[in-house]
Amino acid sequence: MINAITHSQVYVLDQDEAVDFYVGRLGLEVTADVDLGFMRWLTVSIPGHPERQILLEKPGAPAMSEETAQQVRELLTKGGSLIFSTDDCRKTYETLLGRGVEFTEEPTDRPYGTDCALRDPFGNSIRITQPKA
Amino acid sequence: MPTGRAELVEYRGDVTVDRAHRNHQLAGVVGRAAEQTNRRMLRARDAMDRAYAQPLDVPALARIAHVSEAHFSRIFRATFGETPHRYLQRRRVERAMFLLRETDLSATDICFKVGFESPGTFSRTFRDIVGRSPRAYRKEAVARDVPMCFTMAWMRPSA
Repeated sequence: MINAITHSQVYVLDQDEAVDFYVGRLGLEVTADVDLGFMRWLTVSIPGHPERQILLEKPGAPAMSEETAQQVRELLTKGGSLIFSTDDCRKTYETLLGRGVEFTEEPTDRPYGTDCALRDPFGNSIRITQPKA
Repeated sequence: MPTGRAELVEYRGDVTVDRAHRNHQLAGVVGRAAEQTNRRMLRARDAMDRAYAQPLDVPALARIAHVSEAHFSRIFRATFGETPHRYLQRRRVERAMFLLRETDLSATDICFKVGFESPGTFSRTFRDIVGRSPRAYRKEAVARDVPMCFTMAWMRPSA
């Protein structure tokens, strides 16, 4: 039976820029970066935790028609999403703010914990949640 | 004298190859321009979501979006399918719905908290958009444990 979720996926407009952001600013690490010929298979994960990866996929032919790919690229900037967890939301927020990350919500207490929200360069929404102890 | 892109291509000579290549290049340029505009409009919309309780500040939003004030509303509507004013009204009503569900604040307090200028305007706008009065909504509402951005997006009252 299915026993784990290993990959989730978000679309990005540029994979090098995605690495600059997800690795350079958010502090994830590249788990796979393979030129398969027809695509660049690029995944990132939490350092030391390769069992759960995010595929940073660039929309394009031949997976979809160039026309569809253009629509996906334009839709992308209107907002995919990811949720991460942290031990300390406020500290993470300060650190990332210092690295120039664009936040849409400051750390706020919620019923389920404290969280904040930001966007990657392409418009994907990312939440960082400190679960209630 | 060539007056448009298609004419420029023909003027250059090898019509078949150049035109196909040129159209592909132009499509790429137009596509990338649209992506960039969308991203910038999203940034302006995010700013509206943060400052929803304040009056709409088109000059500031236009600066964030790198468009002229005169064009901001039109481009916002083209990108998101509604005017900035309407988007803001629905955002305020959504926030009011949230507070009605999750807090004990009075409807009057909520009205001012989300940026409406009078309880009368608030009630009328709320009822137009949600289909029932703030008080009626509160009675039947159920609190939910959902990440805020999903609440903001999915519990938004429709047009």
